[in-house]
Amino acid sequence: MIAELGLALLWIAAALACLSLIAGALFLRAGPKDLASLVRPASVAQGVLTAVAFALLIALFVRSDMSVELVARNSNSLKPMIFKVAGAWGNHEGSMLLWLTILGLSGALVALFEKRLREDTLIATLTAQAALSLGFFAFLLFSSNPFNRLPVAPPDGQGLNPLLQDIGLAFHPPTLYVGYVGLSVAFSFAVGALVTREIGPAFARAMRPWVLGSWIFLTLGITAGSYWAYYELGWGGWWFWDPVENVSLIPWLAGAALLHSVAVTATRNALRAWTVMLAVIGFSMSMVGTFIVRSGLLTSVHSFAVDPERGTFLLVLMALYIGGALTLFAIRAGTVAEGKKFALVSREGSLVINNLLLTTILALVLLGTLYPIVAEAMGEKISVGPPYYNRVAGPLALILCLVMVAGPLLAWRKDDGRKLWSRLPPAIFAGAAVLFALVLFGGKIGILPLLGMSVAGVVAVASLAPLWNRNLRRTPLPTWGMVLAHFGVAVALAGMAAESAFIKERLVAAAPGETVRVADFAVRFDGVRPVAGPNYTALEGSLTATTPGGASFVLKPESRMFPGLMGTAPTETNEAALLTRPGGQLYAVLGQPVPGTNGTPDRYQLRLWWKPLVWWIWLGGGLIALGAALALIGRAQLLAIWRVRRARKAEERFAP
Amino acid sequence: MRLRLALALLLCAAAAPAAAQDRLPSAPYAYQQLQDPAKEAQAKALMETLRCLVCQGQSIADSDAPLAGDMRHEVRSKLAAGESPDAIREWLVARYGNWVSYDPPFDGATALLWLGPLAFLAIGGWLAFGRLRGAKDEEEGGAT
Repeated sequence: MIAELGLALLWIAAALACLSLIAGALFLRAGPKDLASLVRPASVAQGVLTAVAFALLIALFVRSDMSVELVARNSNSLKPMIFKVAGAWGNHEGSMLLWLTILGLSGALVALFEKRLREDTLIATLTAQAALSLGFFAFLLFSSNPFNRLPVAPPDGQGLNPLLQDIGLAFHPPTLYVGYVGLSVAFSFAVGALVTREIGPAFARAMRPWVLGSWIFLTLGITAGSYWAYYELGWGGWWFWDPVENVSLIPWLAGAALLHSVAVTATRNALRAWTVMLAVIGFSMSMVGTFIVRSGLLTSVHSFAVDPERGTFLLVLMALYIGGALTLFAIRAGTVAEGKKFALVSREGSLVINNLLLTTILALVLLGTLYPIVAEAMGEKISVGPPYYNRVAGPLALILCLVMVAGPLLAWRKDDGRKLWSRLPPAIFAGAAVLFALVLFGGKIGILPLLGMSVAGVVAVASLAPLWNRNLRRTPLPTWGMVLAHFGVAVALAGMAAESAFIKERLVAAAPGETVRVADFAVRFDGVRPVAGPNYTALEGSLTATTPGGASFVLKPESRMFPGLMGTAPTETNEAALLTRPGGQLYAVLGQPVPGTNGTPDRYQLRLWWKPLVWWIWLGGGLIALGAALALIGRAQLLAIWRVRRARKAEERFAP
Repeated sequence: MRLRLALALLLCAAAAPAAAQDRLPSAPYAYQQLQDPAKEAQAKALMETLRCLVCQGQSIADSDAPLAGDMRHEVRSKLAAGESPDAIREWLVARYGNWVSYDPPFDGATALLWLGPLAFLAIGGWLAFGRLRGAKDEEEGGAT
């Protein structure tokens, strides 16, 4: 019954999207005025119904209703509850429903709370959002119905890919999806503003919280995904330039460029056409990413279903939306004036360079991701990996960081650079100090990590410069946010560079009782014991790591074996053990047993790494997200609204 | 007694190859580092740029697949024998094609890949700064 109800709700929600689209379009073509009053409630209802349908899908997974095909294929009654819930979006159909839920809910939020835009622009925005929803509803209902029943219910389900059975799955996809789909609102705002020609500061200010919000989630999603890969894959890599990672990075880069250009449009009414263009690009890149991952062009843990029909469907949808938005842009671009002019040495000038570099990095990541696919279609098999990206994107990213140093210290419109020069020396000194220290004492370091750490030194000091000589209490929240986010970039950059420059690795086959040295640690291998998990068996190793200071810590890496359920193949995973210290992380993995002379295993493969400052990478990611969150709170004027409300309430209370 | 001993020996002999296969991995360097830290660093750098052919977008430096282990062994033993990293990469490319190397060569097929970003930056910069210069002229024009 639950499944049927869910499906019915989806159809009703799709009909409501259809209603919003038609009513909005008629209104915009100078139809009757009262049609506009339909669009808001229809958008809200559509969002709520889709969310309820998604909740029903989760309920099916919680109840392990194996008569539903999706549950039978992706769940198992023995699975821990958290993974039953998370399993609802750990598959193609469920994740598409999650996508639609977020799309619908963001439309509902715009309909409920957006008060700054002109009425017709808002209706055009909601209409665009409804058009997006409608396409994805069609995709879900016609080619990936999550509520499909099986004619005969199997006794139990096939379980979930063990790699996905991790607490990371509970958070990583929803976070990333909120980010991806949040950009759809910016896309709809851009389309709406193009339709009604209202492109200016009001439009930019309305769009800005959405860009910031989705970018926060993209940042968190990428950071969490990176940490997940780090400890789950068992080799300690935190970024692989894997196509699937790249397609999450591309919308992030577009979002970063957009939130800087939207600042220019909101504050100075300049770069208008470019901001609209970027808003279109942002969500387009989200769709391209979803298409690449879901169409089966790539095989990875993320491509749940390899199905050419779905791929074609997504491709058509994408062509329709991106093509439509770009056509609209081309028609209207002539009427969109570029806006206020500015000098090269100015805040706007530095943000233009920022946007140029960010879009170049975006383009090269996209190029590197698509190139092997296209080359293969043309009969040439090549791989594009870390060496390419490090060599091409690395220098650009470092230049971008240096521009980031200058931008906040320049005035809007025109600047003589005096403030910049007066505040630059401490930052340059910090960078030079790091560089000299590394050259003198660092040993042999690659050029990119060396420059990375020096630039991190410059950025760390310079990012704080906008706060100097300022009353900290009266500094606006968005300024704090900017400072924090830029400082976070320095922290992450230092972590990445230090990890790749100073990593220490030990691979050994050790017998119980043996001691292995890695970096400053003496690690004693105490032995292994079998343990049983809820749906796996495992071998748990016990390691005692002792620091030179005499402190000792116990690490328990596991090698897990998941049995094949209902005819699927058994899978092995490694659970790394991590010891976090102020200076970095000790990373231990228990590998294969090594049989001794009598045939029984007496030694085990151990993989040990000392990763200096590695956790700074994710700390930096967190700081960037936190900075953006502060800016969001400041920009959305939540505090101001709250204060006004409180004042009004207080007045009412004391009113006679 | 003698027969028994002979039988045992025979069994041992028969079991030995199988046991040896189990006990001594055919690729000892798959999970074992080179003694010389400089060579190991070279090996590590090279392995990180070689694709594990049976994995999902992983390098041979971070995969548990048996083929990745074999390839790590090849790389480390060739380096230990004194071959240069570039020669080893060439050897692997000759054997498996460019697919194996994450570092695409610069040739006709990849010219766009390497030069594309540069062209993008140049054209973008030209457009942006062309606009800025136009802006300046206009401002001066407006002042007079």
